[in-house]
Amino acid sequence: MINYNKSREIGINILRRWTLIFLIGEIVFFSVVGTNYFSLKNLQDILVSSTTVLLLATGETFVIVTGGIDLSVGFMVGFSSVVSAKVMVNLEAAGFSQLLSIAIGILAALLLGLFPGFINGFLVAKLRVPSFIATFGMYGIAYGFAEIICNNVPVHNLPTSVGSLGHGYLFYWLPGKIFSFLSKPEILTREELKNLLSIIPNVTVITFIFIGIFAFILAKTKFGQHTYAIGGNINAAERAGVNVKAHLIKVYMISSFFASLAGVMYVLQFITGRAPAGSARLLDAVVAVVIGGASLSGGKGTIMGTVIGAIIIGALEIGLVNLGIPTYNLHIAVGCILIFAVLIDQFSPELIQKEEKI
Amino acid sequence: MEPLLKVKNITKRFGGLTAVDNVSMQIYPGEVVGILGDNGAGKSTLIKVISGVYHAEAGQIFFEGRKIKISNPTEALKIGIETIYQDLALAENMNVYSNVFLGREKLKKFLNLIDILDHDYMLNESKKVLNRLDINIPSLKNKISTLSGGERQAVAISRSIYWNAKLLIMDEPTAALGVAEQKKVLNLVKTLSSQGVSIIIISHQLHDVFSVATRLLIMRRGKKVAEKITKKTNADEVVGLIVGSLPGDYEDNAIEEKILK
Repeated sequence: MINYNKSREIGINILRRWTLIFLIGEIVFFSVVGTNYFSLKNLQDILVSSTTVLLLATGETFVIVTGGIDLSVGFMVGFSSVVSAKVMVNLEAAGFSQLLSIAIGILAALLLGLFPGFINGFLVAKLRVPSFIATFGMYGIAYGFAEIICNNVPVHNLPTSVGSLGHGYLFYWLPGKIFSFLSKPEILTREELKNLLSIIPNVTVITFIFIGIFAFILAKTKFGQHTYAIGGNINAAERAGVNVKAHLIKVYMISSFFASLAGVMYVLQFITGRAPAGSARLLDAVVAVVIGGASLSGGKGTIMGTVIGAIIIGALEIGLVNLGIPTYNLHIAVGCILIFAVLIDQFSPELIQKEEKI
Repeated sequence: MEPLLKVKNITKRFGGLTAVDNVSMQIYPGEVVGILGDNGAGKSTLIKVISGVYHAEAGQIFFEGRKIKISNPTEALKIGIETIYQDLALAENMNVYSNVFLGREKLKKFLNLIDILDHDYMLNESKKVLNRLDINIPSLKNKISTLSGGERQAVAISRSIYWNAKLLIMDEPTAALGVAEQKKVLNLVKTLSSQGVSIIIISHQLHDVFSVATRLLIMRRGKKVAEKITKKTNADEVVGLIVGSLPGDYEDNAIEEKILK
């Protein structure tokens, strides 16, 4: 009997953490089959290439936990990338220093990015427009405005520091010789340059700082608690004194903030602003949230789960590239994982989620 | 003793229909009063006036001796009048103690800087109130969705008691519950009453009401037709009053009945 209980408990724990186990299995598989998959550079590449999905999915988690969905983020990335790139280019042309141009460009995009989220939230909370419709409307509007702002051409000629910021690393380490923080050590021989370890890309650092802050908010604070309550029973939340409408508006603003941040990261990575940037990542983001344990009917989901979901997709993508398999196969694999995730959720709800700290 | 709640000459109309017609009642601290009547007799409308969902056209409400005006359910809650709804207003995706503290979360400082949820405090306080009411729930970390109907009801009640409800209004509390569960809920009503909480209970199950209520208020077609001490009446008489085969105690009704006869 004790044995049965124990193995049952182990089974539950495996089911509960299946995404993490899946991710580890995935990495082990590609490391064995692929070439140089398990290397510092490649693992960092996975994180960098997952940037857009990670950010979109984090914001989307808040919306999905309340029982809504935010489709506008797909083109909000492009909108924000165009806005920040355009501001940087124009300010530099107007004689501002590079650093100031970049800082103002980033701030402008992040601030302007809150506005579509406010409108989404207002439509959903106050005017009771279904979130799918409201944010799908905003999806088109954001794309249209992005194209207008950049006149249908990608924004080029950004300040040169954008690249060094976007492609820089937090640490550089030449084992036994040099350890440098943020700036790449100069005057290196070719041999030394080859051995130089670049540790943690700046883009990833920024991404995870924001993900960390909002994971904390969702898991530990009153704001997070109310987000779950709204997704679980909106009437109960309202009756308990939660200002549901104001809360929903904030949630949609968080989502569009993360989309704007993804746009800014896009500019840093690719040194350009494009209207359709990141739009192909919208569904991946939603998939990452669902793989991470959230339910589209609301009330469930964690940022930790979402992050694992996003990295599962990223690791798979890089893995397929590594093996030389055409990336359209990625869609098949992601589709299968998504369905698998939902099936696990459907068939073992009580086993997995009996006790929860929310 | 002063009544906790006193309702005087309440009238509520919906267009041409008078749903509650000049009804008065009072309830004392720790008393359980049953409101009985057929469908459409006006029971639910009456309690919705008391809990602030509806506004009466005429009449006054006194709570703890003070005349009050309840314009919405939130105000009723603040005063200490809590209605336990059928859907129970719990978030099923959250655990027991989170529901007890929903909307009034206890916070603590994280690194002396940020307010975060104080899970331990909320868990312990919830445990205390559930123990006080003799409610047994295996773990307060369990989500509401894993609990039975009776347990959910107990959680909803514990929450209102924790937040100092003085008057509980229970609309069909035993409907949709199994027999054992019904018994638990009725025992809970007795426990609450012994701790000084007043309860208005509406139910179609005469047996339930008889087992907990000390006083019965019988309504028919929006009017109060009789008020009985439970011990001095019986099911037959009450059914007669509900369906109208027995005349009520109140003048206007009695006269009306005589004319009809």
